[in-house]
This record gives sequence, C-alpha cells and structure tokens, in this order.
Amino acid sequence: MFDNFPLWPQRASTMAGNVDALYIFLIIVCGLMTLLVFTAVIYFAARYRYRQGVPAEQIEGSIPLEVTWSVIPLGVFMVIFLWGAVVFFQSRTPPRDATEVYVVAKQWMWKLEHAEGQREINELHVPVGRDVKLIMTSQDVIHSFFVPAFRMKQDVVPGRYTVAWFRATKPGTYHLFCTQYCGTQHSGMIGDVVVMEPAQYEAWMSGAPTGPLSAAGEKIFAELGCATCHRSDGTGRGPNLHGVFGKPVALEDGRTVTADENYLRECILTPGDKRVKGFQPIMPPFQGLVSEEQVNALVAYVKSLSPSTQPGAATTSAAVVAPQASGKASPKATEGSQGN
Amino acid sequence: MATAITQPDAQPIERENYLNKHYGVWSWLLTTDHKRIALLYLMSITFFFFIGGFFALLIRLELLTPTGDLVQADTYNKLFTQHGQVMVFFFLIPSIPAVLGNFLVPMMVGAKDLAFPRINLLSWYLYIIGGIMMLHCMLTGGVDTGWTFYVPFSTAFSNTKVIEAGLAIFVVGFSSILTGLNFIVTIHRMRAPGMTWGRLPLFIWAHYATSVIQILGTPVIAITLVLVVAERALHLGIFDPKLGGDPLLFQHLFWFYSHPAVYIMILPSMGVVTEIIACFSRKRIFGYHFVALSSIAIAVFGFLVWAHHMFVAGISIYAALVFSILSYAVAVPSAVKVFNWTATLYKGSIHYDAPMLYAFGFLGLFTIGGLTGLFLACLGVDMHVHDTYFVIAHFHYIMVGGAVMGYLGGMHFWWPKISGKLYPEGWARLAALIVFIGFNLTFFPQFLLGYMGMPRRYFQYPAEFQVLNVLSTAGATVLGVGYLLPMIYFLWSMRYGKPAPDNPWNAAGLEWKTASPPPTFNFDEEPVVTWEAYNYDELDSEHKQEVPVVG
Repeated sequence: MFDNFPLWPQRASTMAGNVDALYIFLIIVCGLMTLLVFTAVIYFAARYRYRQGVPAEQIEGSIPLEVTWSVIPLGVFMVIFLWGAVVFFQSRTPPRDATEVYVVAKQWMWKLEHAEGQREINELHVPVGRDVKLIMTSQDVIHSFFVPAFRMKQDVVPGRYTVAWFRATKPGTYHLFCTQYCGTQHSGMIGDVVVMEPAQYEAWMSGAPTGPLSAAGEKIFAELGCATCHRSDGTGRGPNLHGVFGKPVALEDGRTVTADENYLRECILTPGDKRVKGFQPIMPPFQGLVSEEQVNALVAYVKSLSPSTQPGAATTSAAVVAPQASGKASPKATEGSQGN
Repeated sequence: MATAITQPDAQPIERENYLNKHYGVWSWLLTTDHKRIALLYLMSITFFFFIGGFFALLIRLELLTPTGDLVQADTYNKLFTQHGQVMVFFFLIPSIPAVLGNFLVPMMVGAKDLAFPRINLLSWYLYIIGGIMMLHCMLTGGVDTGWTFYVPFSTAFSNTKVIEAGLAIFVVGFSSILTGLNFIVTIHRMRAPGMTWGRLPLFIWAHYATSVIQILGTPVIAITLVLVVAERALHLGIFDPKLGGDPLLFQHLFWFYSHPAVYIMILPSMGVVTEIIACFSRKRIFGYHFVALSSIAIAVFGFLVWAHHMFVAGISIYAALVFSILSYAVAVPSAVKVFNWTATLYKGSIHYDAPMLYAFGFLGLFTIGGLTGLFLACLGVDMHVHDTYFVIAHFHYIMVGGAVMGYLGGMHFWWPKISGKLYPEGWARLAALIVFIGFNLTFFPQFLLGYMGMPRRYFQYPAEFQVLNVLSTAGATVLGVGYLLPMIYFLWSMRYGKPAPDNPWNAAGLEWKTASPPPTFNFDEEPVVTWEAYNYDELDSEHKQEVPVVG
C-alpha cells in the first residue's frame, strides 16, 4: 500500500511491516492527541478572547481531571511500550539456523564475509526468504549498520560482536547506511544490500567459490598452533572445543557463561579474563596479533565443531557480553543477561 | 492589553534604577547585581546564539544539494559539531536560567539579590572563560567529534581539537552549577515574609527543578570529559577497547547528564510559559500544585531514562525494556503540564499580545516535540528512526520549538521590566509568526526524511532525499529572519522605545510591583506577601477601579 508513496521507505523485510504498523498506530494515537490539544487551545483562545466587561472565571483546578489526564495517557503509553517491546524483541532474536554473515566495519567501508566463504565490500548479496544473521564488529570506531528498507539498525562496536538479523522479502537493491558518526567520510560509508531470488543467489554464490569461512578458520587454527593444546580427545592442556558452542561454561572464578560468539572472541583475544574452570592460565592473548577477519574465521571454525547445537545460543542479541576488561570498567552498566 | 500599555505613566524625571545608578565598564564587569549579571549573560549568550545559528545556516546550505559542494566533508563535520556544542552548552543551558532566571528569581521571591552575588558574578566569568576557550578552539581548527564526543572516535581517531573543546565545556559546566546552587539557596532562604512555597510563582518551581538537575548532573559530564581528555592525552584505558576500556561506558556517562540536560533547557521554558499563560488569560493556573510537582517529577524521572539514547548501541534487550518504560513515565508529567495550560485558557479572558503568541507557539511545538518523543521511546520504532533526521526533528521541536520559543516569549514579557522600555508590539507579533512558520518549515520535513531513512550527520546524501532538504533549508532562512527581528527591535527600543510603566501587563508577581527598571535592591521596602500566586481576579478588579479604560 505504501510501496508507491513517495515519502515512505521501501519495505523489503519481514520486520518492515511490523515496524510500519506500529509507526502508523503511533501516528494515529499521537495525531489524535495533537488534535485534541490543538482543538482545545484554538477553541478556548477564540471563545474566551478578551471582551470588555467579561472577566475571567477563576478555577482552582480539579483533582479528578488531573488523575484522568495522567492515567489515560499512561495507559496509552503502556500499550505503545508493550507493542514496541514485542517488535523489538522479535528483531533482536535471530532465528535458529539463520545463514551467518560476518561484518567488519572500518573507516569508511563495510567488509562482509559469508559463512560460505564469499567476501564482499560495501555490498551484501542475500536471497529472498532466508533468515540472515549478521555478526558484526568494528576495527576502529563505532559504526552502525542501517538498512531502511529492512527497518533494521544495530551499532557496530569495536572490541565485541553485536548481532542483528533480517529476512528479505522482495528482490531489489537497497541502501545500506552507516548511521553512527565515524569521521570524515561518514556519509560515504554507504553500500547496497542486493536481495536476489534464490536461484540467482545460488548462481552468484557459486561464482567464485573460496571455501567456507570455517575452513579458513581451521587453517588459521593450525597455523597459530591452537591445535597443540585444544585437542579433540580432551587430553590437551586447553579445553576440548568440540561441542562447546552454545553450551554453558563453568569459569575458574565460579561464574557460568554461555559460549556464544562474544565469549569465543574474548577467549581468543584475552583468554585470561574468563578462564575455563580446571585449566591453567597458559594461553597467550592474541589481542593485536590477529585481524578481525581472522578472529571471525576462528569463531566460525569453533562453531563448526558443534554442528548440532542451536545457533540460538548466540541469540542474546546485541552484544550482551561486555568486552574484555570492561567488567572492571563498568560493573553494571553494560552487563547483559549472560551472568558475566 | 492595549488599555494597560497606553495608560499615562510617563515620568518626567528618570528614577534611579539598576541601569543608571552607576556608569562605566567597571561598574558592569565588577557588578554583583543579579540584574546586571543577567544582562551580561544576555549579551554573551546572544553572541553565541548567532555563532551557532550561523553554523546552522551553513549546514542547511550545504544540504541544499545531495553532493557535498559548499564546504569540505571535514569542515561540515566541524560545523555540525560546533553548532551543537555552542547551542547546547553556550546558549540553551544558560539561556533562560542565567538571563531571565538571574533577573527574576530574586525579585519573584521578594529578595534584594541572589544568596551569593559574588558567586553569581564568578559564574559569568567562568562562562566567559569557557566561551573564550571554545572560540579559541574554533578559530585554531575546531573539533569534529559531534557534540556527543563518542569514543573511541574522540579519544583515538579524531585529529581535531578535542581536548580544547572538552575543557571549554568542562569550565562552562561550573558556571551552570554555580547558577543552580545560587537559585536553590535563594529559593530556600530568601523568600519575603508571607511568600510560602505554595505561593511561589511556577517560574520559581521550574527553576528549582532545573537547579537540582544542574547541581546533580553537571559534575557527571565534567568528570566524563576529564576522562576523555585523560584517555586522549595520557592513553589511560577507560573507553577505548584497544586499551581495555568500554566504549558503551562513555555513552552511559554522557547521557546520564545529557538527557537530564534536555530538561535543564525545557523546564525553565515551561516556567516562563506558565507565567505568560496566566497573565494573558487573566487567570490563576489550573492545578497549581500539579504543575509545580510535575516540574519536580520531570527532574527526578529525567535522571532515570538516559539509556533510551542507546537502544541500538549494544545494550541488552532487558536494559532497553527498562529504559523504554521509564521514558514513558517521564512523558506523563510533561503531558500533565500541557493539559493544565490548556485548561487554564478555559473561561479566561485571553489577550493576544506578543508574549502570548510565543506561548501559543510553544504549546504547539512542544506538543509535537513531546509526542514524537513517544516514537523514539518506542523500542520497535526507535530501531528504525534512531540516528536519523527523525531524531533531529524531534529534539529541535523540544529545544528550539520549545525552549527558544519560551525564551523569546519571556524576553518579550519581561523586556519592559528589564529595559524600562516598550518594544514595538506589531513587529513583535510579526516576528512570532515568522519564527513559528519558519520553524515548522525547517523541521517538519525532517520527520519525513528520518522515517525515509536519511541518517543524521551526513555531508552528502542520496538524491531521493533532496526535495525535503530543500524545504528544510528554505525554512531555515525564514527562521533566521524571525530570530534577527527581535534582536533588532529590542536594541531599537532601548533608545527609541516608549518608557514602560511599572506593570504594563497588569501582571501578578512581585517583580511587577516595583519600578521598571527596578532599583538596584529591587524593592524600596521589603514586600510582605498576603496573596496567592496569580491573583488575577484581585488585580483586575483593582485595575477596573483605578484606571479608566482608554482606547
């Protein structure tokens, strides 16, 4: 209905309709409230304009009226809040078995790596009708991944993963904007999301096969010598990584965390912070030694070692796990639902 | 109120007042008179308002076309950064409190001056020192972080004068704290006999609430900026993840002040509008106690909603839920105020003088600004419109449509008291109309742009957004004219305006019971208050007996 309306953004994801419906509801509710106030102000201003000899009538106030116009708006606000919360919750909860795309933002470009291995810059090709989960991080400053046609936005923060997802519904090319100010070329950090029919998408995918990301990760895993300690038979000096992803992990300090992407990332970069119970602090930190892309590949590899686990474990939305060391810097502020 | 203005009140010999008691530069620079300090602030913030306005005009001109052609990208980034910093820290936050509040708080409570006159002067000097630091920063290269100083961009990536700008705002923050401190002590300790809390003008309640936020909130931004400077200069790892810090910690600290700061800007304006509506409706305010307490409620709840600026920043879903629901809680007292103002008009005797036109403008624009806040507090919509022009439109409706409308309305309302002269009413009504039209033309299209997806802080943009941007730029020029006019005719009236009677509006309030302009110690003898606030029925009946109706 709004597709040809010039002042309305295109709708190309399952979420777009939900957000639009909520938005239109808000326009109606707020429009009515505005109309109410404006009508009353204009009517009173005209009806009770100064007339010689007609004094104003003094009115103290009215507690029933005060209660009415506090409680009714509050009730309306709660409806808006609940509806908004439901839509938000959906958009922050990636479905299981979504196709994964790793996003690395940097001044001023988007680098996208499909789990299947395809790499793109400032362009993201996705098929219609498939859930796509974005696992995002930044190499430098904060950026934000915004696709207006999908009604989807998530800040991309250095030092951690944030997650977003969408399911495209309509083939076409849509804007990808950076919406967190990031320096000189902030407005140039834009790209395209190309939504394709599944058949076309398969053809595109087979264009330049580079092997899946997890295979690249496996290679790095071997090169960095990780396999020496993280042995699959459980006899190594480091934890066996098979089947770990998505499972709760008991830490040396008594806490328990879920092994999601952010936890794996932290374990690679600053392994001392959340050491697994029963293991010695012998792993060197890889902070600064591996690139964001290499970390992504390693994470994808470790995840591939838990084939049957539900990716749902990583659906803790936007970066609920604080980054390394932030536990000290902000004990409460950024703590998520992970019990870290 | 033409009847009141034209009453024959011209005085053959000028009375001694705060303006003519002493002459010379030093009598101003070393004054401890709250009224003179208010005028010092008026001149300083007007200067910064036009600097910030000039930046805004350049921003709008750049956005006339989709490509970047007027200035360089880096220059554009500095323009919107410094537009924000100047307007927020050097104009809006001091605007009503430091000018109208400074002038009126002691007079309204029936005191000779603020509790700490020398601290009041110190606060102006701190403002000036901060202002000079900011100007120096601008003239030697400027800063490009956005007024929000988001890390790690500000601490590790920007090549501009972040430290200078941060320290300038640090210094000016203390001037705000000192003003708030002065107001709180004055309101508690220096009320005239009979001026009980329940008889205080609502302007005072609004300033009391504002002062609480200034005192509790401003130290947090000061500390935050010191941490930014420390990380940038000394590489202490606080916010930058590469140094082991947390970038979201910065956002929490920044918005812990900067969200309540919005209420520092709007609450005084609400106080002004309350006075104006009561006067020009000739009525007591409907629900005095609810309006008074809603100011306090806004100040308290205002501290609990900061993370609604961070719904898509990477906070947990559950944190987002809490901050969303609290944001709706703070909307209720604002709505209560709007309903009470509207109800005050009911059965009033309404005059359409310029201050009232500004108050009507405030009502309209604040209502739209407030209601669009509901969109942003709504999680499901915010994830689409966050960091787009929808946000820009929303907060300009509050901070320019609301706060500046109230400020201008107050300037017109009290100008006869401040200057002792009447401004030209016709021009003032015209200016109010121009500001209202120009404002809506500038900012309404930005709501549409925002929902269409145009991100904020974009130097260039896809061509489909151009039409609405052209409308917005056209509106900005109209708005610019609307803001220049009052400055011109206020200056004109100082020399050529008719002398103002002591109470040209026949308004309630102690400030109208003394001369225009007032004597240095405000009242010839200490007032004793025996009446409720907004006793317009008594004033009008006295007026009827004493002054024959003219014209």
